[in-house]
Amino acid sequence: MPTKIEKDAVSGRDTTGHEWDGVKELNTPLPTWWVYTFWATVVFAVVYCALYPAWPWINGHTRGYLGYSSRAELTRELEVQTKERSAFVDRIRSASLEQIRKDPELFNFALAGGRSAFQTNCMQCHGAGGAGSKGFPNLADDDWLWGGSVGQIYQTIQHGIRNTDEKSRQTLMPRFGVDGLLTPAQVGAVTDYVLSLSGHGKANAEGAKIFAEQCVSCHQADGKGNQEMGSPNLTDGIWLYGGDRDSIYHTIFFARNGSMPPWGQRLDDATLKMLAIYVHTLGGGR
Amino acid sequence: MPMDGGDFYATRVKVYPRAVSGRWRSVKWAVLSLLLGIYYLVPWLRWDRGPGAPSQAILLDLDGRRGWIFDVVIWPQEVYFVTGILILGAIGLFLATSLFGRVWCGFACPQTVWTDLFMLVERLIEGDRNQRMRLDHEPLSAAKAVRKVAKHAAWLLIAAATGGAWVFYYVDAPTTLLKIVRGEASLEIYFFIGLLTATTYLLAGWAREQVCTYMCPWPRFQAAMLDEQSVIVSYQKQRGEPRGKHKAGASWENRGDCVDCRLCVNVCPTGIDIRDGQQLECIGCGLCVDACNETMDKVDRPRGLIRWDTLARQQARERGTTVPWRPVRPRTILYAAVFAVVAVVMLGAFVLRSATDLSVQRDRSPNFVRLSSGDVRNSYTVKISNKSQQPRNFRLAVTGLPRAAVTIANIADDANHTPTLTVHADAVGTFRVLVTVPANQAPTGSQPIEFVAADPDNQQSATHGSVFVGPPR
Repeated sequence: MPTKIEKDAVSGRDTTGHEWDGVKELNTPLPTWWVYTFWATVVFAVVYCALYPAWPWINGHTRGYLGYSSRAELTRELEVQTKERSAFVDRIRSASLEQIRKDPELFNFALAGGRSAFQTNCMQCHGAGGAGSKGFPNLADDDWLWGGSVGQIYQTIQHGIRNTDEKSRQTLMPRFGVDGLLTPAQVGAVTDYVLSLSGHGKANAEGAKIFAEQCVSCHQADGKGNQEMGSPNLTDGIWLYGGDRDSIYHTIFFARNGSMPPWGQRLDDATLKMLAIYVHTLGGGR
Repeated sequence: MPMDGGDFYATRVKVYPRAVSGRWRSVKWAVLSLLLGIYYLVPWLRWDRGPGAPSQAILLDLDGRRGWIFDVVIWPQEVYFVTGILILGAIGLFLATSLFGRVWCGFACPQTVWTDLFMLVERLIEGDRNQRMRLDHEPLSAAKAVRKVAKHAAWLLIAAATGGAWVFYYVDAPTTLLKIVRGEASLEIYFFIGLLTATTYLLAGWAREQVCTYMCPWPRFQAAMLDEQSVIVSYQKQRGEPRGKHKAGASWENRGDCVDCRLCVNVCPTGIDIRDGQQLECIGCGLCVDACNETMDKVDRPRGLIRWDTLARQQARERGTTVPWRPVRPRTILYAAVFAVVAVVMLGAFVLRSATDLSVQRDRSPNFVRLSSGDVRNSYTVKISNKSQQPRNFRLAVTGLPRAAVTIANIADDANHTPTLTVHADAVGTFRVLVTVPANQAPTGSQPIEFVAADPDNQQSATHGSVFVGPPR
């Protein structure tokens, strides 16, 4: 408690009323504008606490009169966005893939939407730019297992490959070595023959004979494969599981049967269409 | 605590400037009308740019990221033109200050112009200096309340118009005014009108000369541009002193011409006494010159006791000689030269600016693609800016890479064939470009190449360097 407020003789001003060993301090109050500003912030804080969530409580926090929450605001913003987009999304849903590609406005919307959906759902296996990796096809080149037209891409995305979807793309490569269809020596011979198709290994009569008996039904007599069956072209330089002799031997001995989920069960049709159009422009679309 | 027992905080002594008329007052009215006229009316100037483009002569469209200035359209990446104008403004201010002292402060500064306007309103409603002082000392009465309310209402109205006019530089003025009146404008618009209404009202109505004395940095360092050859408002001490009251008909022997009427002090918008010499608070408006001339006419002495003069001439006059004014001196030559150089550079940049801009970004994922034929392909994101007001067609080519085939992947429908790229008026076209090289021509590693976008119609073209990456051997 201040002991005694008195006037300072020299300056004519009040002291603070405190005294330390005979030393007294002049009272120098804060500037008025500063005090007003301070009280204004106090008032603001009280009003704010009443209107907005402010104080932690045993089981949560005070909600405030306005009932504001950032989550509700996000939900509202998302709803607004969905509504804004819905005009385009509805048009994409009702249009055919060819119609979308002929309408620059829809096409650009589909590209942007497709890119976004690709980054969320597809890049985990196929890479950010569609470059793929061993076992996961490159979507930017012109080599397609199941066809590179926008319709074929759409169907592949919708139903997937070798899964439980009824319309999924279904073919199986036999396990020539494991199931005893071919002896290891025969597998070696046909491996060399397959390599020779792209100008690398030694063409040999035994390999050619085995190929004619076992492989042409899917990979065709010329080895160029068949997109109806998802059987790859063996004559080009693109190998999904590796193009060296050991990898191809392994492929023939144990077989390779890659799988892809049916995205039609998870994504709506408009997103599937946008994805197909986006993937088609990655570089290899036909 | 100052040793003299004074206060830490100087209490403001309210300034009640008296009305004055004369040459400099007229100049100030003219400049005020011109500047306020420009400020309030320019957003309403219309300019026909054809369909699809705004019809406002000067529009800084922040949402659309374009500055429309008559037939010139400034894109965000050309914002250096604004920098250039600011540099020119600064150097021009230095030059004007070294020649004529604080003409900017006294005549053209928005703080001065709006304060002058607010003082005019104040004078019309509350009367001149003496009436205003009396009114402020009166106890509150109905008559006083009416005058005060009327004054503040008028001030707020002007302030709101000022904030409104500011907003109109950024949005279409006629449609936005309607929206504002109907309460349909966006929150940002109301916020900025409110903000500028508040600053105008507070700075021109309440803070006034305190802005110049305490808030503005310019008075602190403008003295560095002044020298003894700068024309400033000055009191001719050798002629005025010793000052004193003068009775009509009395002799002028052994006394100065200053009759100590204090008119120069009473008209001063910053409340200083010019007879104390050059001081920080003086904004160089010249109103004391008008006031003193009025008095000199009355007492029948020559005008110019307070006048625009240089320090050098004043000192010479004290010695009984005269020297000419030297406007051309190293300082002014330097400022003028820098001004000219910057102006020429900016003008050159402006005249030579292209209506076409090209930017190329190589896709790195995948780094390159090997096609089934063995050919190697790189993909690029190409952006062509068409800064003109017509849609244009560009031909895209690649140099530095023999037998390269250029195709566009993202054109609807006829993809992969025609490399003629259409870009809308005043827009950026984004294209995914595939460059394919036959297997035996593919470079090992990275090879520099150049993209060329040419407009066959007007021979304009733009280039952008990039690289083509082939597989390592």
